[in-house]
Amino acid sequence: MALDLGGRILRSRTVAALASPHGIDRYLTQIDPMLAAHEVRARITDIHPEVSAPGAPRVATVTLQPTSTWRGHRAGQHVSVGIDTGEGRRTTRVFTVSNTEGKPGEPLTITVRAHDDEHATPHSISKFLTERATVGTLVHLSQAEGDFVLPDRVPEHIVLISGGSGITPVMSMLRSLQRRTHRGMVTFLHWAPSADRQIFADELEEIRRQGHGVDLHILHTADGAPYLSPALLSKLVPGYRDLPTWACGPASLIEAAQAAYVGTESLRVEYFKPPKNAGVAGGEMEFARTGKTVANDGATILDQAEAAGLTPESGCRMGICFSCTTNKSSGRVRNVLTGETSELPDEQIRICVSTPEGDCSVDL
Amino acid sequence: MTTVENTGNRRLSAEELEAFGAEMDAIRQRIVADLGEKDSAYIYDIVKKQRAFELAGRALFYLPVIGWVPAVACLSISKILDNMEIGHNVMHGQYDWMGDPDLNSRMFEWDNVCPSDQWKYSHNYIHHTFTNVLGKDRDIGYGILRMDEDQKWHPYFLGNPIYAFLLMIFFEWGVAMHDLEVENIVAGKRKMSDNAELHRGLMKKVKRQALKDYLLFPLLTGPLAPLTFLGNGVANLVRNIWAFNIIFCGHFPAGVASFSQEECEDETQGHWYYRQLLGSANITGGRIFHIMSGNLSHQIEHHLFPDLPARRYPEIAEEVREICERYDLAYNTGPLHQQLWGVFKKICKYALPDRKRPVADRVQAAPALEEVAA
Repeated sequence: MALDLGGRILRSRTVAALASPHGIDRYLTQIDPMLAAHEVRARITDIHPEVSAPGAPRVATVTLQPTSTWRGHRAGQHVSVGIDTGEGRRTTRVFTVSNTEGKPGEPLTITVRAHDDEHATPHSISKFLTERATVGTLVHLSQAEGDFVLPDRVPEHIVLISGGSGITPVMSMLRSLQRRTHRGMVTFLHWAPSADRQIFADELEEIRRQGHGVDLHILHTADGAPYLSPALLSKLVPGYRDLPTWACGPASLIEAAQAAYVGTESLRVEYFKPPKNAGVAGGEMEFARTGKTVANDGATILDQAEAAGLTPESGCRMGICFSCTTNKSSGRVRNVLTGETSELPDEQIRICVSTPEGDCSVDL
Repeated sequence: MTTVENTGNRRLSAEELEAFGAEMDAIRQRIVADLGEKDSAYIYDIVKKQRAFELAGRALFYLPVIGWVPAVACLSISKILDNMEIGHNVMHGQYDWMGDPDLNSRMFEWDNVCPSDQWKYSHNYIHHTFTNVLGKDRDIGYGILRMDEDQKWHPYFLGNPIYAFLLMIFFEWGVAMHDLEVENIVAGKRKMSDNAELHRGLMKKVKRQALKDYLLFPLLTGPLAPLTFLGNGVANLVRNIWAFNIIFCGHFPAGVASFSQEECEDETQGHWYYRQLLGSANITGGRIFHIMSGNLSHQIEHHLFPDLPARRYPEIAEEVREICERYDLAYNTGPLHQQLWGVFKKICKYALPDRKRPVADRVQAAPALEEVAA
């Protein structure tokens, strides 16, 4: 009660006016980073390795105790995570919250795979979290975001589809359903390369053993399992086109799912990573501020800028955090997530999910 | 003309300009590659100190009589640090590489009536791109003063010293009004309606600043409210006077060159550096002085590398001076009193109409750079 009153005072308009223009959090953080009136910060309280098979990228589940400002999350939502990864730099990336849906101020977990892709700089946050982070490390969070969530009233029979690391939001949904004691039926299809790289392997095995209305199919492509297709779905889930379905995974899986559900309104999707090179090559990509011009190769503007040696500001690289927002002075761009195109001059675009179509100029 | 010829500087050939630019680029690349922990620790420490001075200042107003002077001093220091070493430099993007939204040029707002987005346009874009280009750089005289021979004289400018004094007293308001381009409205080049959007943003910021400094914080000190009100006003005044003096010493001491628009058409990167160097002047002083000036005491290095963290300017300065010697270019620096005297003389000189003399004479008679530190 006393805490709540303190919070209400700190969030009052009077305090905001007194602390203008910096805001009260700029002062509180000087006392203790875990004191906040608006922003969300957290400390790592546990790091649990999920996969540490030789040769496979490490995967770890990180438990975070947030400040009282954390409003909780719904199963399937994601959060921006900013960490000082060394050399005075903070890196921010988006991760799915992997634990059961939670209330304000409750601990949350994120499950992180160490990325070895081209963006794995020394400041890679996934490498930091899986290899160097320790209990007590401070992290900067957003509130939980995203509408890839379960409804409050879950239908009698639902289908969950995931691929690779796309399992995290789906796992959060499954765990929440179990806690809510959902009485209906869940069909869960998960594609992964092989058994030794399977995240949450023990927990999945336990769920399979118990049954309890969960029909689990784990398909390891390295062992010759078939990929997602209408035929496979019809066989495993008869009448699937009428069942509410949630799918999260790489672009290939999402596209296969969209093809299988075409013409229905049953499917909700979330890209785990935006499609790469989804654009059309051709024309010239101009970076006006630095005076560089490259041949448009169809990749996102962020990728093309980095390939040209520029270092534009960026964050999640999947169109969520808006930190790469840049002014496009001319040209047509396609949003790789929605497929929408736009050619307004002087438009603010997220360059991580925009591919140029023909000549294009941005202020980079 | 106050152009390059009569500042004692020689013009560089195209090849020399290119080599000169390459040397500057090399400094920049080396510093960028070296940015890290030390720079972030420095700015976090300055922010911590600024917040501490601010809290101390606000708190000391509760101490009747003996608290007032220290309170004003703390609050003045807080506002100066906030506006200069933190605000000005953060809004230049000097700390964007840190990835901290609190120190990001797009997000930062300063303790000053001028809204940061408006200041960034007129300062970062107009002033830093067109530095000392007549007719382009509106920071030459801020639209109210005559600071260069090539600004046409008018009886209005007889008031030059008075306008400068008023600008100093009301500097934050001058900076805020700067973006409204009142002189261009008077000249009919700009419509009042062009300012509607700017005016809205400005009034919002002004209200917020006035609310805390002149209403809420005074009220919080109860019976001492009038003293707190006065103290907050004095702290804003101290910041105004200090910032005005530092900034005027950056571009208007004797020997600083200005450029015509023709000279800067299709400008190369080398010539841009050359213009920044000759269009700026430094102030010598100790470490605390440099911090309190937001390192704008290194105006030359700031203009050459506006987006490098300002704490690096002293180390860069040594290299820049060495390069200037090799290219036989003036490096304009001197103690505060000397640079201020130069500014003062200029303000008075240009209040009066030019004495008509043949061009050749004028070049001959023009003063050489007063003090070029070796």
